[in-house]
Amino acid sequence: MIDHLHNIPTEFLWLFGALVVLLGVASMIGAILMRRPADDRTAASRANLVARVNAWWVMVAILAVAFLTGPTMTLILFALASFFALREFITLTPSRPGDRLPLSLAFFMVLPLQFVLIGMGRYGLFSIFIPVWAFLLLPSIAALRSDVEDFLSRSAKQQWGLMVTVYCLSHAPALLMLEIPGQAGRSALLLFYLLLVVQMSDVMQYVFGKLFGRTKIAPVVSPSKTVEGFIGGGLAATAIGGAMWWITPFTPLQSAAISAVIVLMGFLGGLTLSAVKRSLGAKDWGVMIEGHGGMLDRTDSICFAAPVFFHIVRYFYT
Amino acid sequence: MRPSSALLVGVVKLLVGAYARWIGTSPAATQRIYFANHTSHIDTLAIWSSLPRELRRRTRPIAARDYWGKGVRKYIATRGFGAVLIDRARENPDSDPLEPLRKALMAGDSLIIFPEGTRGGTATPARFRSGLYRLATEFPTVELVPVYLDTLHRSLPKGALLPVPVVCTVRFGAPLALGAGEDKDAFLERARAAVIALADGSASA
Repeated sequence: MIDHLHNIPTEFLWLFGALVVLLGVASMIGAILMRRPADDRTAASRANLVARVNAWWVMVAILAVAFLTGPTMTLILFALASFFALREFITLTPSRPGDRLPLSLAFFMVLPLQFVLIGMGRYGLFSIFIPVWAFLLLPSIAALRSDVEDFLSRSAKQQWGLMVTVYCLSHAPALLMLEIPGQAGRSALLLFYLLLVVQMSDVMQYVFGKLFGRTKIAPVVSPSKTVEGFIGGGLAATAIGGAMWWITPFTPLQSAAISAVIVLMGFLGGLTLSAVKRSLGAKDWGVMIEGHGGMLDRTDSICFAAPVFFHIVRYFYT
Repeated sequence: MRPSSALLVGVVKLLVGAYARWIGTSPAATQRIYFANHTSHIDTLAIWSSLPRELRRRTRPIAARDYWGKGVRKYIATRGFGAVLIDRARENPDSDPLEPLRKALMAGDSLIIFPEGTRGGTATPARFRSGLYRLATEFPTVELVPVYLDTLHRSLPKGALLPVPVVCTVRFGAPLALGAGEDKDAFLERARAAVIALADGSASA
């Protein structure tokens, strides 16, 4: 662990320092706002803001610990996030007794193995493990129980859950296994970059949407997403991402373009998973994180952005 | 809190969440009998884990001696969550299975009981047995709080070896009181209805 600490790029400490300052300011604003008189609705939305800021503190603290203690901790952290996200997905998905064994295997075998493969740097197996092996074998096990009621719809939903919450999400820590020429020891910064752009995009879209939002993009799927919020927030997040080029192997222009892709994929992830969630009859995926709904409400954009970002970097920079 | 209890609560929360929803009452140190629907091996642990830590110390789940009374399970039941073990099988026909419960109530502890006696296959509870009524008549000052567990029949039902992690909410309803001169069957049916009422449409199997 001490060796690892020597390898942490100094940019990293600066970035976390900056985030702590930013959150400190946000918390102070929250504290001041909470003291001022307000009607019920304003008070509720202020309390929501404070809860969101507090949840951010927790996320940053957990990430800091994971980054500072090395790749194994980071993998364990993402494996846990996957576990909770899959748990939320399966909770909302109807299942029958015949699904029990494949579901247990998904949680206790497929999920850990996916992250172990990343830890071992086995790109070839990691990238096909769920789309090929789990895809073929889990429904086969369910079929052995010869319960045909809703079979396709049950297996399809479970596969979808596994793909999004485990396969897609695992591409975020998989960035750590990329070996980019001249960037040895700096792959954690790429993960940080991805998380920063995705989260900034979420926050900025929320802020721009609250301030200027008029035209709803898909009112039925996601009432809070507006054209103004998406464009304003997306551009802001792209600008922030572009300005962070110095922690990545990208040029400033490339960095802005890649950030724009991350923003777009994150937006589509939020929208698509919101449609899935609503088709399963829920408003939030869960109640795990105060002010944020469930784990999947927080990671939906990362699930879609991570694989695309991973493959862009792998294709063009390694 | 003992380390064994903390570990137990951690595992339960990891597997099934066990998020408490205080719908009809709030967590308080009042002496209570929590009665719930029974669908899985984790029911007891889920209700117990969902309680605030300071209530957990004085709240004792009832566990069947034939299942929880030996080996590792006994260790978990007695050291982990301070269970009151009772004889379901009733080897000695003269012994009253409620006796250990009375003892715990007289000592001031709260109890978690499952009036169905055995685990059902669905979330909707079967007919309640009379133990709840008898305790209600003998201990009129103890609050009777209905509890509904929503998804545990999917997590670890009868005959299952491996659990499936599914998020469970533990819903606490408004306390019931035994009406003056209320008949046993009417009371048990009312108690059962109070548990079902907490399901609010999500009781599908």
